[in-house]
Amino acid sequence: MKPRDKQFHPVAAAVAWLATLVMFFPIFWMVLASFKTETQAIETPPVFIFHPTLQNYHDIFVRADYPLFAWNSVVISLVATAIMLVVAVPASFAMAFYPTKRTRGTLLWMLSTKMLPAVGVLVPIYLIAKDAGLLDSRIALILIYMLSNLPIGVWMLFTFFRETPKAIIEQSRIDGAGVWDSIVHVLLPLGLPGIASTALLSIILCWNEAFWSLNLSAHDAAPLTAFIASFSAPEGLFWAKLSAAATLATVPILLFGWFSQRQLVRGLTFGAVK
Amino acid sequence: MRTTNGTIAAVPPPMRSGRMRAALRGRGGAVATLPLVGPAVVLLLIWSLVPLAMTLWFSFRRYNLLNPMIHGFAGWNNYRFLFEDPALLSSLIVTVVLVGAVLAITVGLGAVLAAVFETGFPGRGIARVLMISPFFVMPTVSALIWKNLLMNPVNGLFAWILRSVGLPTFDWFASAPLTSIILIVSWEWLPFAFLILMTSLQSLEEEVIEAARLDGAGPVAMFRYIQVPHLGRSISVVVMIETIFLLGIFAEIYVTTAGGPGVATTNLAFLIYQRALLAFNVGSASAAGVISIVLANVVAIFLINTVAKRLDV
Repeated sequence: MKPRDKQFHPVAAAVAWLATLVMFFPIFWMVLASFKTETQAIETPPVFIFHPTLQNYHDIFVRADYPLFAWNSVVISLVATAIMLVVAVPASFAMAFYPTKRTRGTLLWMLSTKMLPAVGVLVPIYLIAKDAGLLDSRIALILIYMLSNLPIGVWMLFTFFRETPKAIIEQSRIDGAGVWDSIVHVLLPLGLPGIASTALLSIILCWNEAFWSLNLSAHDAAPLTAFIASFSAPEGLFWAKLSAAATLATVPILLFGWFSQRQLVRGLTFGAVK
Repeated sequence: MRTTNGTIAAVPPPMRSGRMRAALRGRGGAVATLPLVGPAVVLLLIWSLVPLAMTLWFSFRRYNLLNPMIHGFAGWNNYRFLFEDPALLSSLIVTVVLVGAVLAITVGLGAVLAAVFETGFPGRGIARVLMISPFFVMPTVSALIWKNLLMNPVNGLFAWILRSVGLPTFDWFASAPLTSIILIVSWEWLPFAFLILMTSLQSLEEEVIEAARLDGAGPVAMFRYIQVPHLGRSISVVVMIETIFLLGIFAEIYVTTAGGPGVATTNLAFLIYQRALLAFNVGSASAAGVISIVLANVVAIFLINTVAKRLDV
């Protein structure tokens, strides 16, 4: 969108900034608490100015096994996203550049699989994972995340690829390139921004997923969502440490989110809003 | 190149390009699309049909993980017991109230804030980025930060604010558990509604706004008669996508109230979890699962139709 010549309304500006500060405040407050001592964190009236400490971060790394959970989150999100892309790129390439009369139906059917609520299939997935010995394993979570992001990936890539001029792909084909050559040497470099956005959105969704991770992992495969949930036990409640762990779990994905906010609209609405 | 309805003109529809493609196949080799689309289709077929069939099958079985002696065909018994159980009705009410309230808050506030942000003001770019940030915070983090740092009845920030203006403190999760969860979930989803609706407002044509302005429309009239009607379609998309996710709200309840006090915050998702993984009653949990699938499908049909209209393949 090109910027518009907008009129400046002081009231609108005040409302907008007030709403923004209210919305962002919990995140700011969490980050602030992560640099407090446990005593300062629960103090009333709340402490705004204090001498920041890194003790909580130190404790999280040394005592709470944080690196294990963070590593699980990284591995699960990246591998699930990579496999998803390997399956989704050829499919959306074919559907965007060589549509058949079945393409429309296939795309809509893929979208419909996204509508199957996770809770509705919790029991069978849990039992399959149990019988296959995949409870508390990263493989189960990787497979599930890959499959649940596949429809979103195909749709996003499809809408991106359709904006790539078809003539370039056809030219490479006339020049004698095979389908895979066209995908690898022509489509991938051309479609890189779209593929990167799709990957980013998929990583965000995997990172924050908190239904399957809470139900299918215990310790070995538990990602950060499950690690943070372990702070809900009343006896384990240390606000400053909770805040430090939460900050570490939030900041990387928040940065990703800021980068991919525009693609988020396209990906999550399946191109229905532009 | 874009045509007026936003579709891409560079890609001709399949019928018109048929001859061109046939010519291409002769030189570059035939494009067999099946091996390219096949893997995605097969994976999604397995992913959508196998668990669905198993849920349906289990819902007619007597099946308890703790007691292998209980087995056999249950007929409609799982459904009958479920419908006779007051927990089901209560969980359906909690689900509907939770979804309805969050939708009303996020779409209402989201539309107003999107319109406010469209006016342009200093620091708009930064404000927008901060505004949408809660959407990227994982549900377990949001819920625990709100529950403790903000809503704790003794040391929480809200308690301090209430005390400093002379009001009695309020134990959020004891006195208003469902409201508290609605508040947290609304905070998570308002950025999504805001972002989608703002994107949609940006596609409103400048001429329309200019014409309304020349006719003397103030900001309120502009919102009511120009922007809201334009948002209609995007609002329906936001409502349907949020509904799909909100029907399955789980982590926020899991880490804050665990469904309580009593069954005050047990929604359908949490009820299934309790039946399946806490009580190990596979039959009953599966019957509840079937109900959740039926519920989601009602919403999904509308969503698919909305998207289908947009899809020009």
